[in-house]
Amino acid sequence: MFPCLKLKYLEERLQCISEFEKPKILLEQYVTPSHLGSHMLYTIQVSQYGDIDGKLVADLGSGCGALSVGAGVLDASLVIGFEIDSDALDIFTENIIDHELTNVDAVQCDVLKHLPNRFDKTFDTVLMNPPFGTKHNAGIDMKFLETALRLSKNSVYSLHKTSTRNHVLKYAESLGAKGEVLAELHYDLPSTYKFHKKHSVDIEVDFYRFII
Amino acid sequence: MKLLTHNMLTSKCMKGVTVGYPLGINVSDVRVSEVDFNPEFVAKIIPKLDWPVLYNAAESIGQLEDLPKEVIDNFENDREFLKKVHHVLLEVDIINGELICPETGRKFPINNGIPNMLLNEDEI
Repeated sequence: MFPCLKLKYLEERLQCISEFEKPKILLEQYVTPSHLGSHMLYTIQVSQYGDIDGKLVADLGSGCGALSVGAGVLDASLVIGFEIDSDALDIFTENIIDHELTNVDAVQCDVLKHLPNRFDKTFDTVLMNPPFGTKHNAGIDMKFLETALRLSKNSVYSLHKTSTRNHVLKYAESLGAKGEVLAELHYDLPSTYKFHKKHSVDIEVDFYRFII
Repeated sequence: MKLLTHNMLTSKCMKGVTVGYPLGINVSDVRVSEVDFNPEFVAKIIPKLDWPVLYNAAESIGQLEDLPKEVIDNFENDREFLKKVHHVLLEVDIINGELICPETGRKFPINNGIPNMLLNEDEI
């Protein structure tokens, strides 16, 4: 398949992802938008790094499975999604079945509290779209990053708010990883929750690649 | 849940558990589905596996077929052997059943192919 067709195909596949029925505020449940997810995955596998095809891939806080499905479509040898929430995992399972993927697995666990050490340095690639952190759980995305860097033996791809860039890069360095911003993106969050006054909120996020 | 995933899971995070590995398996529903065979991937993953745990897991759910009890010499170049490992690691899916902590007997349910490893506050 021509690369440009592959991007279109990926986006079409990700448009068919079922989403959270009742998003939970505490878990910051937002679906990774299809145009964003497809561009991330396209960069990770097709145009730049070849970090999915034939690899063991983890998706931390996998939610409804947008990134897991995308990595499955791009022929990861196995993707394992780690997610705490049962409702999200029900939709995750539905998405895996709808997309007829047999190379995607999931584990229900608390990514930040008890992910077994046996997984350390097991994955070739770790993907995540972590919670960005709010007043109530500030710094949660850095805890996700710490776990991701522990699990991967090669690379980690992640999204973080642009406003925290210096902190993210320093934090990664303190953990012995080298971070690079691949792109600045506009994350157009639809007003998922009742307390959102505006129709949608545009957040500036950085798309990172970290090398272990 | 694939047996590759099982090979990594532990219950070590539980209070009072020192190793928590390997987790026992009770299975009520297994599905076998075809997965693309990538010999390089399988060859790379073999050194990281706990082979006896994989062997016993496959045996306990009746999916051993003719997997050797030990990793053979020069496995990287033996396509037939790698194919067998591929099958056991990636094509066998435990859909419903439970995982069992070897030290406490705590059961972790597997529903719709997903093991639930969540612990209660008083278990951590």
